[in-house]
Amino acid sequence: MKVAQKSLLAGVLLSMSSIALAAGQLNLYNWGNYTNPKLIEKFEKETGIKVTITDYDSNETALAKVRAGGHGFDLAVPSHSHLPIWVSEGLLANPRVDQMPNFKNVADEWRNPDWDPGRQYSAPWQWGSVGIMVDTSVYSGDINTFGIVLDPPQELVGKINVAPEMNDVITSAILYLGGEACTGDKQLLRKVRDKLVEAKPKWKSMDYGVIEKFAGRDLAASLYWNGAAFRARLKNPDVRYGYPREGYSLWADAVVLLKDAKNVEEAKTFMNFIMAPENAGLISEFARYANSIVGSEQYMPEDMATAPEVIIPKEFIGFGKFYPTCPPDVQKMYTAIWTELQK
Amino acid sequence: MVIRRGAFVIKRMPGFTLVALACFFALYMPLAPLVVYSFNEGNNIALWEGISLRWYREAWDNELVQSAAIRSLVVATVASVIATVLATMVALATTRTRPYRGQTTIYALVNQPLIVPEIVTAVALLILFAMIKQATNYHGYAYLIGAHTAFCIPFAYLPIRARLEGMDRVLETAAADLYATPWRAFKRVTLPLLLPGIFAGAMLAFVISLDDVVITEFVKSAGQDTLPTYMLGQLRRTITPEINAISTVLLTVSVIMVTLIFFLSRKKAT
Amino acid sequence: MPGAAGRSTMPSGHLEAQAYRKEVKRNWLLSTPALIVLLCAASGPLLIMVLFSFLTPGDYGGVKWQWSTEAWFQVAFYKDIFDDTVSIADAHLSILWRSVRLSFLTTLTAFLLGFPTAYFIATRPPETRNIWLFLVTIPFWTNLLIRTFAILEIIRNHGVINSFLLGIGAIDQPLDMLYTDVAILLGMTYVYIPLMILPIYASMERFDFRLVEAAYDLYASRWRVLRKIILPLVKPGVIAGSILVFIPSLGAYVTPRVLGGGKNLMLGNLIELQFGQGRNWPLGAALSLTLLAIVMIALIFYVRSAQKDGGRHGH
Repeated sequence: MKVAQKSLLAGVLLSMSSIALAAGQLNLYNWGNYTNPKLIEKFEKETGIKVTITDYDSNETALAKVRAGGHGFDLAVPSHSHLPIWVSEGLLANPRVDQMPNFKNVADEWRNPDWDPGRQYSAPWQWGSVGIMVDTSVYSGDINTFGIVLDPPQELVGKINVAPEMNDVITSAILYLGGEACTGDKQLLRKVRDKLVEAKPKWKSMDYGVIEKFAGRDLAASLYWNGAAFRARLKNPDVRYGYPREGYSLWADAVVLLKDAKNVEEAKTFMNFIMAPENAGLISEFARYANSIVGSEQYMPEDMATAPEVIIPKEFIGFGKFYPTCPPDVQKMYTAIWTELQK
Repeated sequence: MVIRRGAFVIKRMPGFTLVALACFFALYMPLAPLVVYSFNEGNNIALWEGISLRWYREAWDNELVQSAAIRSLVVATVASVIATVLATMVALATTRTRPYRGQTTIYALVNQPLIVPEIVTAVALLILFAMIKQATNYHGYAYLIGAHTAFCIPFAYLPIRARLEGMDRVLETAAADLYATPWRAFKRVTLPLLLPGIFAGAMLAFVISLDDVVITEFVKSAGQDTLPTYMLGQLRRTITPEINAISTVLLTVSVIMVTLIFFLSRKKAT
Repeated sequence: MPGAAGRSTMPSGHLEAQAYRKEVKRNWLLSTPALIVLLCAASGPLLIMVLFSFLTPGDYGGVKWQWSTEAWFQVAFYKDIFDDTVSIADAHLSILWRSVRLSFLTTLTAFLLGFPTAYFIATRPPETRNIWLFLVTIPFWTNLLIRTFAILEIIRNHGVINSFLLGIGAIDQPLDMLYTDVAILLGMTYVYIPLMILPIYASMERFDFRLVEAAYDLYASRWRVLRKIILPLVKPGVIAGSILVFIPSLGAYVTPRVLGGGKNLMLGNLIELQFGQGRNWPLGAALSLTLLAIVMIALIFYVRSAQKDGGRHGH
């Protein structure tokens, strides 16, 4: 490349940065493959605001980036367990979501969650659970227990996957052994470690991307999220989703306004926008998780309305809880167990 | 030419050609299912559900993919060009010269990006750049290009250095004897001889930059996703054959470029 | 005097010293642009890491500005969380051992496959060599994630390799290749092999085959020619290639994650864990610096041996 062309190109690239700060813009920082393009199109058409989406793949990456500053994002979508951290570190502005026009559409049970009292900071995006997926053609017994992965029945040994989510896995093991989430009880944690280490050789993998493996029958069981279980069932009708009676984790992702956002009004417009039923329906349609907005059911694909993965069956509702992020000293012990498990 | 035992070919080494061809086969074989499944009607990268161009259409319409792809290519080109130029300079400064103080230090500094795990550089850069961004309010591509250039330098450097080390000084000395200035000797003698090394270095740097996930993930600002970071985002959810379609397109582009270069170089030879 | 800088056999004296100084100055000038970029975007940030390794982990990731050597202690020693006994951190050691072992095997495999390939390309007619080079790099115009998934596709239970072997009756149960160390080895070799081929080629392309011809005239066998003539002269390329493969494999984490099934950590995964869910950045920093130290030693060893032979050529 000749010098002249090179410098021209460099000049073009460097000047492109300034365009990003023009009015009528919005920078959304969200999980990868989590935003329905149709939603963005609709938003852009209705409001004329241009949306730029940047991806992240974990809560920790998002937190690290936002905390470091100078990121240029307006909105982010952390999980409920992390939201209090973002608040306490002073990363969020308070847009008073509960006073936005569309707030009236938020279902009652979502209006005052433990992790965002009064629902001031966050607008709901999607929520779901972490449970057990089983291919019932391989094993037809009780699937509503963590015993499937921790004390697996013979038919499932060697065909099990466990999502590599440290907090979900350790919490599940703690609950299975009768403890409480975020416990610092060393006796119990020792048992947790031993149980996990003992179960690991019976697992095939600790990975994401299980849908194809269930479809191809490479896996027969997994500790995983409900949305993926639903999609797997669409490909392999023998897949069922179990809600462990010992207690299963619920999670919720919500949209927050960052303190150093540059496009505040546009951001608030977006937060209000996603609380309208038809838009919430679009969000759910994409990743196949439930949302918290009343009236959105009619805008969601039909199969979701009756899916037990999405609508928790009555007999299991009481066992699900939102677990917070644990205090640092407990977290340290969990990391130690996790490293032990994976060495 | 020496002729012995009928057809003794000097350059032939037993088994080498076989291994080489097997290597080429092995390089391309995994790509075959990749290409084939990009035409898969179903949205599963493992189960075949019929032929269709659906994923090409989706990738084409997907603005995110388009901009990410262009960004990847542009950053890779700029970074690899700058890195190769800088690496050539450093290679000349550290090879075939009389030993001087600090030479090993330079060598260590140049190779240091190779040694450090990417996540470490990524986090460190995140912090450093964040401080600069807050001070100067500049959010452009210079950070990304700077970071890429830095880790491309050692990849360009090593092949160039290897090439340089194997080069005989005789020709340059002869040029000097003929009253060529050092610059002229460089331009007319050293540089052309060095070209294969530079070429290898530039290609390596380009490919490395195109590939980078971790550092880009941390250093990028709003709207600066590259193709790898886009795909990393997909990893946690589901991967659709859209990715196969994108890869097939990238492959086709490279094949076309190769063919073009082949024809161009034939013209030059005549 | 033109050309003086090129000669190393002039008698010592005032002019010689002056020429030497000029040469050193020239070298530093040439290196400066690269060094600036590197110091800003590679080495400088490393100093931040050194700083971090002596701090305390922040409650939710990040660091607290509090001096502590805890992280360095945790690299090698393990304070059992349940009974407070201190022991060697064998979790870390076994992860380190696995990484070194796999990286070494990857480098070896890449060499065994890559050396003949580089030789092959270097012995093609000159006009076609660039095409062959391109052919080597084309697969790498896709992407690390994709290449890793491509390997995953062919070694899984219903993938190409197993279907083929089942089809011709060589085996009657699919081989469980996925999620094993072999899978990681295959994946890393596939991902890093052009880094071996290109430097070796660069060295080999200049190789003077008249030396080989002379050796054959003296009744040397092919093996001898290979061992005594070709290999020593392309050594810089081999060393460069080995470095370029060994070191990234040591710190790799995408490929081991995808192909190893996440059950067995490699060093790169362990480090990433500290910056992610582990929320112990100082430990992550300390582990990386440890890795760096190990590799520096190996690198210095390489440089010394390359310099020893390098002095005999090219003058």
